[in-house]
Amino acid sequence: MKLSFTLNGREVTVEADPRRRLSAVLREDLGERSVKSGCDAGDCGACTVLVDDRAVCSCMMASGQAAGRRVETVSALTLAEGMPGALQRSFLHHGAAQCGICTPGMLMAAEALLRRQPRPDERAVRDALGGVLCRCTGYRKIIAAVMDAHRFTDNGTTETGDAAAPVGAPLPRIDGVPKVLGSEVFGADIGDAGDLHIRVIRSPHARARFTFGDLEAFRQSLGAELILTAKDVPGRNLFGVIPPFADQPVFAEGQTRFRGEAVAAVVAASEVLENFDVDAFPVSWQELPAVSSSDEALNGDAPLLHEGRVGNVMARGRVRRGDADAALAAARHVAEGRFSTGFIEHAYIEPEAGYAVRRGDVLELHVCTQAPYMNRDDLAAILGVGADQVRVIATAVGGGFGSKLDLSVHPFLALAAWRLNRPVRMAYSRGESMASTTKRHPSEIALRIGTDAHGRLAGMVFDGIFNTGAYASWGPTVANRVPVHASGPYHIPNYRAETVAVHTNNPPAGAFRGFGVPQSAIAQECLFDELADMVGIDRLEFRILNALDNGMETVTGQVFTQGVGIRRCLEALRPRWRKALAAAAAANADGQSSIRRGVGVAGLWYGCGNTSLPNPSAMRVCLRADGRIVLFQGAVDIGQGANTVITQICAQALGLPVTAFELIGPDTARTPDAGKTSASRQTFISGKAAMLAGEKLRTKLLRLANVSAAAVLALESGRLIACEGGERHEIDLTALKADEDGFVAEASASYDPPTSPLDENGQGEPYACFGYGAHLVELEVDRDLGTVRLLGIAAAHDVGRAINPLLVAGQIDGGIAQGIGLALMEEYLPGRTENLHDYLIPTIGDVPPIEPLLIEEADAHGPYGAKGLGEHVLIATAPAILNAIRHATGARLRHLPATPDRVRAAIREAEATP
Amino acid sequence: MAEYCRPAELGEALDLLAGGGWRILAGGTDLYPANAARDRLPGAVLDITGLDGLDGIGKQDGFWRIGAATRWSSLIGADLPPAFDGLKQAAAQIGAVQVQNMATIGGNLCNASPAADGVPVLLGLDARIEMASARGYREMPLAEFITGVRRTALAPDEIVTAVRIPDPGPAARSHFLKLGTRSYLVISIAMVHVMLIADPPGRVADARIAIGACSPVACRLSALERELIGHPFDTSLADRVREEHFAPLSPIDDVRATAAYRLEAAREMTRRAIAAIVAGGGRR
Ligand SMILES: Cc1cc2nc3c(=O)[nH]c(=O)nc-3n(C[C@H](O)[C@H](O)[C@H](O)COP(=O)(O)OP(=O)(O)OC[C@H]3O[C@@H](n4cnc5c(N)ncnc54)[C@H](O)[C@@H]3O)c2cc1C
Ligand code: FES
Ligand code: FES
Repeated sequence: MKLSFTLNGREVTVEADPRRRLSAVLREDLGERSVKSGCDAGDCGACTVLVDDRAVCSCMMASGQAAGRRVETVSALTLAEGMPGALQRSFLHHGAAQCGICTPGMLMAAEALLRRQPRPDERAVRDALGGVLCRCTGYRKIIAAVMDAHRFTDNGTTETGDAAAPVGAPLPRIDGVPKVLGSEVFGADIGDAGDLHIRVIRSPHARARFTFGDLEAFRQSLGAELILTAKDVPGRNLFGVIPPFADQPVFAEGQTRFRGEAVAAVVAASEVLENFDVDAFPVSWQELPAVSSSDEALNGDAPLLHEGRVGNVMARGRVRRGDADAALAAARHVAEGRFSTGFIEHAYIEPEAGYAVRRGDVLELHVCTQAPYMNRDDLAAILGVGADQVRVIATAVGGGFGSKLDLSVHPFLALAAWRLNRPVRMAYSRGESMASTTKRHPSEIALRIGTDAHGRLAGMVFDGIFNTGAYASWGPTVANRVPVHASGPYHIPNYRAETVAVHTNNPPAGAFRGFGVPQSAIAQECLFDELADMVGIDRLEFRILNALDNGMETVTGQVFTQGVGIRRCLEALRPRWRKALAAAAAANADGQSSIRRGVGVAGLWYGCGNTSLPNPSAMRVCLRADGRIVLFQGAVDIGQGANTVITQICAQALGLPVTAFELIGPDTARTPDAGKTSASRQTFISGKAAMLAGEKLRTKLLRLANVSAAAVLALESGRLIACEGGERHEIDLTALKADEDGFVAEASASYDPPTSPLDENGQGEPYACFGYGAHLVELEVDRDLGTVRLLGIAAAHDVGRAINPLLVAGQIDGGIAQGIGLALMEEYLPGRTENLHDYLIPTIGDVPPIEPLLIEEADAHGPYGAKGLGEHVLIATAPAILNAIRHATGARLRHLPATPDRVRAAIREAEATP
Repeated sequence: MAEYCRPAELGEALDLLAGGGWRILAGGTDLYPANAARDRLPGAVLDITGLDGLDGIGKQDGFWRIGAATRWSSLIGADLPPAFDGLKQAAAQIGAVQVQNMATIGGNLCNASPAADGVPVLLGLDARIEMASARGYREMPLAEFITGVRRTALAPDEIVTAVRIPDPGPAARSHFLKLGTRSYLVISIAMVHVMLIADPPGRVADARIAIGACSPVACRLSALERELIGHPFDTSLADRVREEHFAPLSPIDDVRATAAYRLEAAREMTRRAIAAIVAGGGRR
């Protein structure tokens, strides 16, 4: 049917099925790729467009209903080509776009409001934007940007990073403009409607045997190009992020180990797949008894998931120092408890997606990934080719948080494009993404901590069981990281922490912001509050009393002579803590109301980089003859700001402005290996490599101009200018000999932070540096309904050096929002919460005002003193919330999430035990 | 047969339906998510959003009439007496703005989810459902229209044309409370709609209390309604709420909450809704 409507002011007519969702028509038939698709179910709002000035989810609108109407996408806000309008510039200025996948939807929802109400208050902004989810920003900067949009005019200029001293400047992100224009290219935005698509056939059972019928007959009857199964994997039908543990097949063979595991894939034109009924696929299932929990897995009778992994144990971790049992026996006060958390879904708004094409003997894959190099190596093994025959190019990543380190769509795309020699695209549906990709490990923690009479920590015994699901993924990392961190940033002389990662018939648990540490911090920080009460001292002072400091031994026996910032973080909260306690006491004074106010605090630490393993990053920076600096920046920016921060560091080292830079993004064929975006390592490690490379290039440029280190450099079109002692030297770059890429000077550097291996008791130097922080939460609990309303959060973070305070604040807000979700609402139940309306993440109304307090306790290794931050921010939020709930009501929440029914039950329990 | 039709005349729609095989599409906010794996709705789709006179609010012969294709967002701002405050409160809490701008009141009722926010409100307003087919019109109380979880009395050739509400009068006051785990886009753990009418001496002349998400179909608490009638319209009214009044409920444990919690919360919310109406002053 011919369909006509006005799109961004232009009459368009398109041949489209009127039953097709408008979002698909806009994206695929009309090329409006700024319309994002995160769920196709109205749950995320990424597809929001305006129809006759009203915000609607285009994924739920029949395109037939658009006929004759006025449809506007984010392109309507853009002025001329590439020129952001007022609202978009306010977003840039405030750092309201991180990964940018939610940004077009946010902008359109905001635009609908601003057309009616140009100066909205916060309540109005929340109501207008409540239907758009963001997993990165924590919403606070978005609220500020919308409220502030009236200050920006359409014809103002866009801020650029032309600061004299780039490090420390709150520059808007340098890759921000395409994000607010909606022109950013994410995994699903490459290729066109005519390319082949893939539909994966997945196990409906947690554990099953299966057999295929006649696949070739089915392929022909369907009109598909190819059906892939385990038999079609030319190389190794196995992958895994930690090579010695690689255990996950691309396609299951004979038996599946979790619900959602792939057994086959159908490659066909999109029209063919649109009519394809997955249930018609010729496979028969025989369901087998499954291991659903760690408890079951560890029971001796449980079926083994992997041969050779005795007792379903995949990995163990241990740190032992002093005599913990004796210390607890002698302790004056001992608190103990059992805590549990469930699977947590990353819930980035961009489901996994990519595009693959074969170019001669090279497979080229564009994909949203956090780890292009690791992906390349795994794919080469799967295809049975050399690593140089696979090229992975990272697209923009619409949120990662750890899960996009692992392979997802990659092998399907690679196998199909390799075999058929045709371009292939695919994007996971939300349900498929949730069912098949990694999760945060569920935890079962038993913990005992003791102090002396004065409240000094004497000993701690920690036992953690982590459910790692069907495959290893990052389970070994969790098992190793947790014992090192479970003490929190405190001095505990006698300590034993043991972990075990256990296989179950569940989706693989992998990396998620904090690798198990958020789970252990909940247990430790909650018991600290109970200990402080037993001792009879203030809960914040208890932490300050026990805080680590320079010169003290950590639980692995590591002694930092510098850079330990936890005490300063905790002390920074003191004034606000006292005020908050007084405010809570006043609010609760009447004792009658159902509403009780509470205040909670929690501390955190987190090691930057891999645990006792090498993890180098390399950077290359070049000067082109036209006077532009080109940075080969292979550290994937997943929204956290690596592009900006690493450029700022390099610019500082070079003594040139950020505006002189052009970036070449992560591409295994072009950029040096900057490692994976995980373990909060990109600012710390890749940033350091960028600094070293920048310094090297500067030395070369100084030599070229024949000036000393004191000279001030500048670049103009085709010229290098060096000023020293009032003298100006000019070098004509175009006269220099350039290499084949046009570069006249270049420098590379790599950096690997110093660590040492851990011995059998976990003693050693696991990290060159830790970052520290502490959160203070104020909230209200409705005693009778068990609901929690957050009033405000203060977050003190020792970042060593805030390379970009705007981005630091953005990381803090975003991490806190995820911590809120962990504490209050998130739990993934396989088969039951595989969508974004049963799996709840915080909306714009669930994140209170956040006050960041930046502490800069410089680290000797980090670039300009900087430490990592990405994962740290999530760790303290949940325990601070739980501690505040307990303060408000006496309720002890030990099994997360603390949903209203659980909070209410805990309040009843607290009321029953005087 | 055409695969998509968006007629302007009700008669045409009814003739098509009489031929069989159609699926009715209104705002699509239930239908599209239910087909999230595909890019289009399968089968023949009869789009009713173009029908003349199917949306809008009016008053006729002592009844308020809300067209079935009326969007929730039109209800939020509608000029209606205070008896409809609860309906507006519910409308403003359906999903979020984008959903309210698309979703229709008729779709909410026809979808018949136990968690549909519109159902307890309209039960509490004694709403009647008007249906049309090529065979003619018929009407029945909402309580009879919804026959079970996602089941209604609608025949395959019928379309819901309107919701008709007997005018509760200017003295009626209502309040709606919804409980969920987050601020927006949240499926109710429980919701409560209370409507009270005070007589001139200041006693409860009529009370209607409906609870959603605590039984397969939302239901009225007639014992509590009887309990409240005749009592002074003052702050003691909420104290009359007792556990046994909630016997008609049969909540379940699900991912959102336990059954026991739902019962307790429903009770507490009922108290609060009553208290809110009393605090608002009843007759203004
Ligand atoms: C993100 C999201 C959040 C939501 N939040 C809420 C919420 O908070 N509370 C809530 O109650 N609901 C919620 N819903 C559900 C939904 O929006 C409502 O039920 C809505 O009112 C349905 O109306 P619709 O017009 O979109 O229905 P449609 O999807 O068009 O239709 C729903 C069903 O009713 C039938 N139908 C529709 N109109 C008629 C008619 N006039 N005659 C006969 N049959 C008809 C259709 O055939 C279909 O079976 C939410 C949905 C989404 C996607
Ligand atoms: S894609 Fe439309 S709401 Fe998520
Ligand atoms: S910036 Fe909002 S989802 Fe990433």
